[in-house]
Amino acid sequence: MSPGVTIRVRLWAQLRDAASCGEWELELPAGSTVATGLESVYARFPKIREWDRSLLLAVGTEYALRTQVLCEGDELSLMPPVQGG
Amino acid sequence: MTFPPDNPSQIPPPMSSQTELNLSPDPISLSAPVPGHCGAVVEFYGVVRAREGEGEIEAIEYECFEAMARGEFEKLFAEARRQWTLDRIELRHRIGVVRVGEASLWIRIRSAHRAEAFAACQWIIDGMKRKVPIWKRPVGV
Repeated sequence: MSPGVTIRVRLWAQLRDAASCGEWELELPAGSTVATGLESVYARFPKIREWDRSLLLAVGTEYALRTQVLCEGDELSLMPPVQGG
Repeated sequence: MTFPPDNPSQIPPPMSSQTELNLSPDPISLSAPVPGHCGAVVEFYGVVRAREGEGEIEAIEYECFEAMARGEFEKLFAEARRQWTLDRIELRHRIGVVRVGEASLWIRIRSAHRAEAFAACQWIIDGMKRKVPIWKRPVGV
């Protein structure tokens, strides 16, 4: 069995408020995607699932699709719709 | 007298409470020097309104994912330069608490002609509101 990957999850703005938690480390099976990571986040913080349809997702500092495979050390950001200006 | 006047008492009587016209040989102040090949400077301020959503507010607190925001702004600037011929783009966005009446956003674009500068200014602001990770939280609702 191949080793898993450890990533860091970050919640931004209203999502952080909803979870009362900003970031944590998450261990996932090797080959996990952003979607797999999301399910782990929802399992820990069910309130965040309510945002699912409007979530913006990034790996590192680039927007990511749910199909993107996560690598060791990646930082997965969950963001509400942006509101600059 | 420069325009806008440094001394408010020099402002001519307004045409109405909502318009003002000044036809004068006096210089018009520029916010920064403009090179000779540029004929247009578009400058925009986004200002915090007293009313946000359901009620009155005192301020807005802005939060930013800075490393990503810088990258997204750079992409917007590069795409704007691809679409229009622009001499210079400058943008400032405040982070943290910005009180009502203060500017949270400032953008200034220089180009040879006005159409490019107006279009790029609008396009960059629209793009920012879709892509740049900045969020706001009303203060004092």
